[in-house]
Formats: sequence, C-alpha cells, structure tokens
Amino acid sequence: MSQSVMKVMQGRDLRKTSARQKITHILSQAGIYLFLLLMAAIVLFPFYWMIISSLKSLVEYRLSPPTFWPMQALFSNYADAFTTASLGVLFKNTMIVGLVSTLLSLVITIFTAFAFARLQFKGKELLFAALLATMMIPGELFTITNYATVTHLNITGTYTVLIVPFLVSVFYIYLLRQNFLQIPNELYLAAKVDGTSDMKYLWKVMVPLSLPTLISITILKMMGAWNSYIWPRLVANDPEHRLITNGLRNAFTDTTGDVNYPVQMAAVALVSLPLFLVFVFLRKYIMSGVSRSGIKG
Amino acid sequence: MVESKQQWKAWLYLSPAIVLLLIFTVWPIINTVAMAFMEDYSGLAKIGGDTAFRFGIGNFAKVVQNADFQQALINTVLLCVISVPISTILALLIAVALHAIKPLQKALQTIFFLPYVTNSIAIGMVFAAMFNVIGSVGTRRPLISSYGIVNDIIRFFGGNWVNWINSGSEHWANMFVLITYIVWNALPFKILILLGGLTGINKQYYEAAKVDSTPRWRVLTRITVPLLSPMLAYVVITGFIGGFKEYTSIVGIFGESMGPVHAKGSMNTMVGLIYDSLASNNQGRASAAALILFGIILVVTLINLWVSKKHVHY
Repeated sequence: MSQSVMKVMQGRDLRKTSARQKITHILSQAGIYLFLLLMAAIVLFPFYWMIISSLKSLVEYRLSPPTFWPMQALFSNYADAFTTASLGVLFKNTMIVGLVSTLLSLVITIFTAFAFARLQFKGKELLFAALLATMMIPGELFTITNYATVTHLNITGTYTVLIVPFLVSVFYIYLLRQNFLQIPNELYLAAKVDGTSDMKYLWKVMVPLSLPTLISITILKMMGAWNSYIWPRLVANDPEHRLITNGLRNAFTDTTGDVNYPVQMAAVALVSLPLFLVFVFLRKYIMSGVSRSGIKG
Repeated sequence: MVESKQQWKAWLYLSPAIVLLLIFTVWPIINTVAMAFMEDYSGLAKIGGDTAFRFGIGNFAKVVQNADFQQALINTVLLCVISVPISTILALLIAVALHAIKPLQKALQTIFFLPYVTNSIAIGMVFAAMFNVIGSVGTRRPLISSYGIVNDIIRFFGGNWVNWINSGSEHWANMFVLITYIVWNALPFKILILLGGLTGINKQYYEAAKVDSTPRWRVLTRITVPLLSPMLAYVVITGFIGGFKEYTSIVGIFGESMGPVHAKGSMNTMVGLIYDSLASNNQGRASAAALILFGIILVVTLINLWVSKKHVHY
C-alpha cells in the first residue's frame, strides 16, 4: 500500500518539475527569439535606411529628428542617380566583363578540372599541389607585377585587361575537380568501351552531373565582377570601361558633410538591387559555394 | 602504364590554364620577390618610371621606417584584434540561437546571410550616411541640422552625440565606425560556417546534458564550443587573413582619401599602402610592402594554427 502512495507522490513531483521545466523552456525560447529578432533588426537596418533615404527629398533628409518613412516618396532620386553616375554605361560594362569572363572561366575550369580528375599524366599530383599552394599568397602580390605586365602589353583601358588576368581560379578548379571525382570512374570506362570521345563524355556526362557546382561558380564569378574595385581602378579607370563599383565611388566622392544623400543612396540601392535579386532566386547555390570556399565574391 | 597519347591529351586540356597561370600567377611571384630587392626601382618606364636600380634591402627599410606604414600597421592590427573576436562571438551566439529554434529559422537564417551579398563600397556609403552629421561640425559652436541616425538613437537614449566621421573627428570614433561595419560584414560567413558545424554535432551529447539538467551556459561552454572548435578555428583564421587585407570597406566609408577630411590617410591599411606605392610608381617599394604583408599573414596564421592545435578537438 505504502508503495503505491509513494508512486503517486512521485508522479506529482514529476508533473511539478515538468511544469517548471516547461515554463523555463518557454522563457528561454522567448529570450532566444528576442535576441535573434533584435540582431536581425540591426543587420537589416542599413538596408532599410538606404531605401527610405533614397526616397526622401533633401530637405526631409536633413530633418532632425529624422522621419522613419518618407513623407512623400520621391522616385526622381533614382532617375537623378542613374544620370549622375551614368549607371547605364557602368551596368553595360560590368555585364560585358562579367559574362565574358564567366563564360571563358567556366570553359577553362572544366577542361583543367577534367584533366586533374580523369586523365593520367606525369607530375599530376605535384602540379595540383603547386596550384593549391598559390592560393595562400595574397592577391596584392600578383597585382603589382600584373599591373606592370598589362602596362607593357599596352592593354590598359580595355575590356581585355579586366577579363584575362582573372580567368583561371585555382579555387574553382579545386571545387570542380572534387565534384568530378565523385562521379564513378565506371561511367568513364563504360563510355570508353563504347568508343565515346573524352570531349563528348566531358560535355554529355560530367558537366550535366556537376551543374550545381558550375552554377555556384557562375554566381560567385558574376558577383566578383560586380564587386571588383581595386584592379579596375588601377588599369581601366576611363569612363568608357569603368565598372560599376568603381563608377559608383567615382560619381560620389564625398562621403561626409552636406552631401546629397538621397540621390547617393538611390545609386547605392540601384547597384545593390541585382545582388539582392540573385540572392533571392539563387540563395542555395551561393550558400553552398560560400560554405566550401570562404572567399568573398 | 600511361599511354603517351593520353599524356599529350592531358596537357592539351591543361594548356589554357597553364599559359594564363604562367603569365599572371607564376611570373608575378618571381618578379615581385625580385623587385622587392631592387632599390629605387620604378619599373614602368612606359609611364615615366626609372628603371635604374641596385640590389639591396633598402625597400624594406624604407617601408618599415615610413610613418604612414607604421600608422597603417597599427590600424590593420587594431581592426583585426578588435573585430575578429567580436564578430566570432556574436556569430557563435546567433548560430547557437538559430540552432535552438524551429519556427522562423529559415527566414532568420536568410536575413543573417543578407550582408554577404552586398557590394562593400556601396554599403560602406550607407554606413557613412548613418554616422554622418550635417552642419558645421568641428567649429567651436557647431550648428547642426541633422545629427545622423546613429547619433539620433544615442540622443534618444539620453547620450551625447559624437562626431564619428566628419571633419575634426577623432581616430577612435573613425575606428569604431569601421569596426562596426566590418563586424556587420563578417557575420554572415561566420554564422553560415558555425551553423553548418552545429548541425553536424551528435544530438546525444545534448540529450545527456538534458538528463543531467545541465544549465544552458555550461552546455554552450562545455559541449558546443569544444565540439565546434574546428569551425571556430577556421572562422578565426580566415577572419584574421581577411582583416589584414582590409581595404575596400575603408574606401566605402571614407572615400579614396582613406580618412576624414581633416586627416587624410589616417585610416589607411597595409593593402592601401601597397596601392599608394603603386600609384606613386614605386614598384620596388610596393613589392617590399606586399612581401611584408605576406610575412605578417603567414606568421599570424601559424600562430593561430599553433594555438588551435592546443585547443581544437578534432
């Protein structure tokens, strides 16, 4: 009898602790959400500020305390920004350089990764190790000599100079080689038996099977063109060949003081927009590419 | 046995990459190292440079003795040492918090990744706008029309406004703005990596902790952090490497003058200094500065690896 009483009491005890546990659980969950939402608000704030500032009139922008929603949305800022920074030319240049360099870079990367993944040749391991070793060296070291090289070759101020020096990326080769290696070798041998040429096998089997990696590379490469600043400023800073980032900085040289911020923010928003669109539609590929790389665009 | 035909074919596939790498990667390594030891070498005769030189370590001496270099080195080290721990701890807390929730997890994860896909110059301009004061700052009796949103928030909570980046602003205030921006920019990558690591941790550890009713804080410091240490080491190392190469975020906030109006160049970094030497057509000195930067990054990475060897559990 006493045993059953004990059991009942234990049961009550358990229920009590579980109720307390539930409350602490709810409280801690609430705390976690509060923290995350606060951090998310801080992370999003610059974007919010950029967009509402881009729609304000200059008078409204100078108000203190500021308005948190434009009294009257002034879309003409965007038109002003477009003409002030001649964004049309900049968009065109960046698209040309981005598309051509991505396309050529993909072809070179596919060939090189294929050779390292499937073909046999002397010194393969050594060569691949040497390639990987170059990834440790900071890009500035290359830039100095490359600047001299392109000056001697007399190709500064052209699209070529913006495209050619960065066509080979050891990291992309590495990424694609890893992907190629996962494709079973039996497939390759079977194709050989059937008399399929290497080239045909590469394009009909390996490339389609590695599409996600190739898409990641494409996006990162395009983002790279969109965000590149140092090299374009050094070698092609003329209005006809200027790229978008460089052009933005050139058009709005003043960052402090009584600047026409609404127009400046409209230009910034226009430059950021394509990146956001890419992010919204292709987030999966960017995140998988980034988590394997750790390099920014 | 390797057929000679296949050998030949392999090199054909490799040839475009090899040719480009020889010109734009291998040659620069040789040439930049060589130029670093060519004193007073400008190299670019085409744009009026002096190609006369003598061998020596004079470039290194000149770079190190340069006051601008010392300032740049201090700036770079300071922003690394402050921003890397802050962004790593914040990213860890956010990743752990994200891992502990179910509803909204995907949406919040997306928001936290957003700063990654931005143009660092463009968003740097937004940060400048947020910290900028409109009016006659720097004079004895400032006449202010707008304090800027950050100062407005400070004033809302009863604080005093600060001259962050305008004429007459102090170095620590400039640094604060820059580090805020760098941390904001560095969070997405770190959160992504750490969250990836968290999902890989065996759930049994947490269940065991739950049975023992271990407090949350102890779970974090005794289970999560040790098991996450390889990823933490990775984000710290890449954070330091990125920090030492910081350049465009400063151009975004302060413009190409690399500092507030009254103190141009005061926010310059190592990379900025290399490009200054290039712009003044001094290839030799730029090369020496680049090698010094490479050396510093190498040493810092080795220290990081040595420290993580002691503390990382694989």
